Amino acid sequence: MSGIIGKKIGMTSLYNADGSAVACTLIEAGPCVVTQVKTVEKEGYSAIQLGYGEKKEKHTTAPLLGHFKKAGTSPKKKLVEFKSFEQSLSLGETITAEIFAEGDFLDAIGTSKGKGFQGVVKRHGFAGVGGQTHGQHNRGRHPGSIGACSFPSRVFKGIRMAGRTGGDRVKVQNLQVLKVYADKNLIVVSGSVPGAKNSYVILEK
Amino acid sequence: MSDLIKFVEADNAARRAELPEFSAGDTINVYVKIREGNKERIQVFQGTVIQRRNNGAGETFTVRKISNGIGVERIFPLLSPNVDKIEVLRKGKVRRARLFYLRGKQGRAAKVKEKVAPKAKKKVVA
Repeated sequence: MSGIIGKKIGMTSLYNADGSAVACTLIEAGPCVVTQVKTVEKEGYSAIQLGYGEKKEKHTTAPLLGHFKKAGTSPKKKLVEFKSFEQSLSLGETITAEIFAEGDFLDAIGTSKGKGFQGVVKRHGFAGVGGQTHGQHNRGRHPGSIGACSFPSRVFKGIRMAGRTGGDRVKVQNLQVLKVYADKNLIVVSGSVPGAKNSYVILEK
Repeated sequence: MSDLIKFVEADNAARRAELPEFSAGDTINVYVKIREGNKERIQVFQGTVIQRRNNGAGETFTVRKISNGIGVERIFPLLSPNVDKIEVLRKGKVRRARLFYLRGKQGRAAKVKEKVAPKAKKKVVA
């Protein structure tokens, strides 16, 4: 599966040929550099490691500096591995937004926005109590029962409760590529992409 | 706003320049493109603008008219390619940006007064 690393820029809307408005996300994708080619013989599996985003040399550890030096590139901020890349690539090669064409479908992977400690209504989509009368006064958004009494005398594992929400790795599948501006490394996809502005996004073909 | 967003929305500025200035209270003609199969024709929707909403790429406006005694409202995206042309027929004199009070009114009460351009100041004769 070939892919590229990018940065979410923001959202806007464009118009289709039939005049309907489409919400779309702008992603600055690449240019990415091949920083390592993993092979079955050496690493036990085959993969391509791509690097994206410039980083200062003084902020890079010595082992990583050597890693980038081997690939013949400047230090990169974000490194991502892709398994079974369609093209055969060699060390130091550059990948641009042009691997995607208008009309293609891609999957976008990002880290969703952190929401902090949230209750079950927001976190798991519980319905809440649904009314304020019939004896309810302080439990509108509570989870209700978490189990029975003497049997099983415990709470089952995996019961959905309140807790830290968001900040997870989320993949959104089958987003259509609306436009590719190769000179600006810009890809416009329909729909939304997980994560905040300026967060890293992995685009997979 | 990011420069890249501005770059993608570059067409919008040109489209906005084509459209006349109008605001809530104005009576306008909206020329709407309607596609039926392969044929395309233009329909005119005439009414009073009761609000302009949002800004940037998602800006819309709502037009209200009374059709056969029944109130009809249509919401148009301002930059939609289906809006062929907008004609301002009459400027309205209103004191608010959202004219939802027109919804409950009928006949004369539902009329918006016309805004008359202020007269030129008379020269003071010494």
